[in-house]
Amino acid sequence: MSDATTAPTHILSRMDINTDLATQILTGFIRDNIAKAGLKKAVMGLSGGIDSAVSAYLSAKALGPENVLVIRMPYKTSSENSLLDAEAVIEDLQLPSLTVEITPMVDPLIERFPDMSNLRKGNIMARMRMITLYDQSMANGALVMGTSNKTEFLLGYSTIYGDSGVALHPIADLYKYQIRQLARSLGVPRSIIDKAPSADLWEGQTDEDELGFTYDAADQVLYLLVDERYTTEEAAAETGFSHAFVTKIWERVKANHYKRTMPNIAKISLRSIGHDFLYLRDYTGRHGSV
Amino acid sequence: MRVTIGLAQMYPKLGDVAYNRQVHLEHIERALDQGVDLLVFPELSMTGYQVQDLVPEVALRTHQPDETIDIFKEQSKKLDLVVGFVHEDERGRYFIADAYFSQGEIVHIHHKLYLPTYAMFDESRYFAQGNSVRAFNTRFGRMGMLICEDFWHVSPAYLLWMDGADILLLNSASPGRGLDTGDRLSGSRWVELVNQSYGSMFTSYVIHCNRVGYEDGKVFWGGSSIVDPNGEFLLNGTYFDEALLVQEIDLNQLHRTRARLPLLRDERPGLVRRELNRILQENLI
Repeated sequence: MSDATTAPTHILSRMDINTDLATQILTGFIRDNIAKAGLKKAVMGLSGGIDSAVSAYLSAKALGPENVLVIRMPYKTSSENSLLDAEAVIEDLQLPSLTVEITPMVDPLIERFPDMSNLRKGNIMARMRMITLYDQSMANGALVMGTSNKTEFLLGYSTIYGDSGVALHPIADLYKYQIRQLARSLGVPRSIIDKAPSADLWEGQTDEDELGFTYDAADQVLYLLVDERYTTEEAAAETGFSHAFVTKIWERVKANHYKRTMPNIAKISLRSIGHDFLYLRDYTGRHGSV
Repeated sequence: MRVTIGLAQMYPKLGDVAYNRQVHLEHIERALDQGVDLLVFPELSMTGYQVQDLVPEVALRTHQPDETIDIFKEQSKKLDLVVGFVHEDERGRYFIADAYFSQGEIVHIHHKLYLPTYAMFDESRYFAQGNSVRAFNTRFGRMGMLICEDFWHVSPAYLLWMDGADILLLNSASPGRGLDTGDRLSGSRWVELVNQSYGSMFTSYVIHCNRVGYEDGKVFWGGSSIVDPNGEFLLNGTYFDEALLVQEIDLNQLHRTRARLPLLRDERPGLVRRELNRILQENLI
């Protein structure tokens, strides 16, 4: 780990949120989006981690638990504890659920390339989960609910067209620190809130080991750079992290910007999609409701 | 004189003028049942806020016959109305506009003066700037209308005050932002502070109608309110939900407050003009 192990934490309290207000806005957002799609239901992957748990609790509040289909999609190396944590959410919220083992879908591709890196394998797993969710979306008339948070979205700690392939993002403007606050207020099981975050792509993996810094460290730096528009020099001075660390975080944000935007469209005509053909995504002809 | 104000804290459907017109008519019916004299709708209540390339399709015209405008004129024989819409002038320019309807006529149209084009806002891309700020007479006294960003600048409200407005009619499509530990979003607190300041500093009524609902992830926070000439809220606190809010105001309070606190009597617009002229001449702005 970097200098983040002796991490200052004094910026975190500036990120505290009113969780009731967050819940009101986010459940309204979910209801509104689903109504505008002409649907009543959501489908989402439930990993046993805190992000998908928070999305599930918000979705159940917004739509009623009977309208939230959650799917556990373990690979053969996934931890048993993840399945149990997901089970605790399913039982607590009384959600309809499916378990779709992705191993038999993923392994043939992995076996085709014997020298495949863990990163490639992880991407295949994430994309297979996306395929499973979109299939269930069609089968059930349910929108695919996103589970990404602001920290991982900014850091690009996600698989493009994998976990980022969703229909709506209810928690993508909340940092990991704020997700934990929201989780506590929503009654997410303690074991889920307290365990080390993990993409669970291989045994013993944790996000913070892989990233090389803690979420608390990243959150404080990102909050100052993104929300408060500090320069990297100012953020280093304010947090106490080295300028090298702050710069490393910011370079990562920039390098992964392509994951947060639609692909560029080469402009030829007078009026082009993405350039000057501009309508909201919400302009569907349907009306939402608060 | 007592006037019953209605604030239609509605959720406009993006780009659907016919649908929104129907919602307006339903609010008017309900307001009449509650004895409302003046019913205020939010900014762009006829179209939704982020109309983007829909602007030409959703615009209304007042220089030629328009079915929707005629309907509101007719309704205004029963109660006064402030409606938010996209206004196309005879030369094809589009404005974010409010119209004050009364007694079967349009009494006044205000074009939004300040078009926020920063951060999440992109209004100047689609709309022309309004170019005047005028108070106008109504059967309830002299009023002035401002739209959203207009009242984040102090000068339009001040000019309306100097032009004789005792009632500021403000409307907005204000997206929520700034979640912290407060009981309201920081953006909401800011607007409420501004409105209370105007009530206090201008010893006037400040009536504000903000919309609710969602557009592409932005939430509109509602919180429509009325501030009295003492700077106190007579009405506020309904956030995020659709509502028809009704509140009676007593115009005699203007006299009582100004007898106690003669800020209007002592105001010196001539001084403002002299100093502004000097500042402009010295090219400081």
